[in-house]
Amino acid sequence: MTTTPRQVVVTGLGATTPLGGDVASTWAGLLAGRSGARRLTEEWIEQLPVQIGAPLAAELPLGRVEARTLDRSQQMALVAAREAWADAGSPDVDQERLAACVASGIGGVITLLTQHDVLREKGARRVSPHVVPMLMPNGPASTVGLEFKAKAGVHAPVSACASGSEAIALGLDIIRAGRADVVIAGGTEAAIAALPIAGFAQMQALSRRNDTPETASRPFDKARDGFVLGEGAAILVLEAAEHAAARGARVHGTLAGAGISSDAYHIAAPDPTGAGAARAVRAALRSASLEPTDIIHINAHATSTPSGDVAEAVALRSALGNHIDEVAVTSTKSMTGHLLGAAGAVEAVVSILALRERIVPATRNLDALDDEIALDVVSIDNRKIGTGAALSNSFGFGGHDVCLAFTV
Amino acid sequence: MSQDILAGLAVILEEVAGVDPADVTPEKTFIDDLDVDSLSMVEVVVAAEEKFSVKIPDDDVKSLKTVGDAVSYIQRAGVAA
Repeated sequence: MTTTPRQVVVTGLGATTPLGGDVASTWAGLLAGRSGARRLTEEWIEQLPVQIGAPLAAELPLGRVEARTLDRSQQMALVAAREAWADAGSPDVDQERLAACVASGIGGVITLLTQHDVLREKGARRVSPHVVPMLMPNGPASTVGLEFKAKAGVHAPVSACASGSEAIALGLDIIRAGRADVVIAGGTEAAIAALPIAGFAQMQALSRRNDTPETASRPFDKARDGFVLGEGAAILVLEAAEHAAARGARVHGTLAGAGISSDAYHIAAPDPTGAGAARAVRAALRSASLEPTDIIHINAHATSTPSGDVAEAVALRSALGNHIDEVAVTSTKSMTGHLLGAAGAVEAVVSILALRERIVPATRNLDALDDEIALDVVSIDNRKIGTGAALSNSFGFGGHDVCLAFTV
Repeated sequence: MSQDILAGLAVILEEVAGVDPADVTPEKTFIDDLDVDSLSMVEVVVAAEEKFSVKIPDDDVKSLKTVGDAVSYIQRAGVAA
């Protein structure tokens, strides 16, 4: 006999992305089909084969000391978390029942690189005493935990481009297990720097459409040639349903379930059979007590790489069967670029808004659907949807597969 | 001389730790009164060494509880140099 798991609702949303400095402007950008990609102008860009990216749309509203003592990934997480917490009504919660799960795929790489330059050029005495807390991968989670005095645990699951979704999945587990009533969960990434771009370019993972940045991220399109590196953060306030009800909180939607699996196939390449990804999708459905036919919308991982998008399409058909033909699929990354460890969190926010507002933002730059992709991808015009459940996929280098299930 | 050092420290404290320059008076303690944590204190020391052309060994930093302690230390170190 099984018991019904604790229901977990989403009561707060926050984001800072290449489309806007908050959730409202990001959502408006998605509905308008805007691209956050542009040609990068930093002085180091000329040496690189890839010269485009999707930086934040807005300045970070932070004090000078915060800016000085926090890595950019921590700063973005803090800004998104403050928005999400305010959106949740700045609740007065028992700090010992509040946890934080904030992930980053790469961590404080900009701090690491700039402080390494300081060490070489000016010596050890000039290295910032903040450098270790700034570059450690748990830095953003700790910063957010400190801000809201989370005392039930601070966590930073690291799974490359699945990190943000894994943090949200962990938050669900924590509340279901009764270890906390409220979890501030999400992801952040600030890796627009020469070394990460050079490294991703060497993997042949990035689009080289340097002259047309706004059409470079083209998930599912025949002519896609890689992802566009973006930066940003998104945070959700997850809350036990009875806790939210007791304080009369406004509820955006329900985090109905989550599934996690791993490919055990290759360190970077996706399994072309999509078997691992399909297992994550099935696990999410089981976790959410949903049937494939309940799904009306999928926010795909769909980064715009040639092999990844096909593998995901295969996985979705394998997991949902022919019902996949009835599902409105979209790729947020066609507009935001790929925010690595923040991507899953941004797309979780977008999935909830799509269900709540009953509209799926169209995938940008889909001029000709790849013959190998048998999905109903929403393109050109946004599409109205009815009521039902949505899935959001995130996969990461290392063979990580995470699928989140939402209902409203 | 000591007024110049005090003013210079106030500039550093504002830059590093966001301390209001008006709060930087000799009797104030760095940690309890000005809320400068141990990490930021390292930054203050390194910036002060550079600004006043003095050396402040790590062992001596522990004895610098107040702004006045630091002003006196920098004054003596500057004279010795």
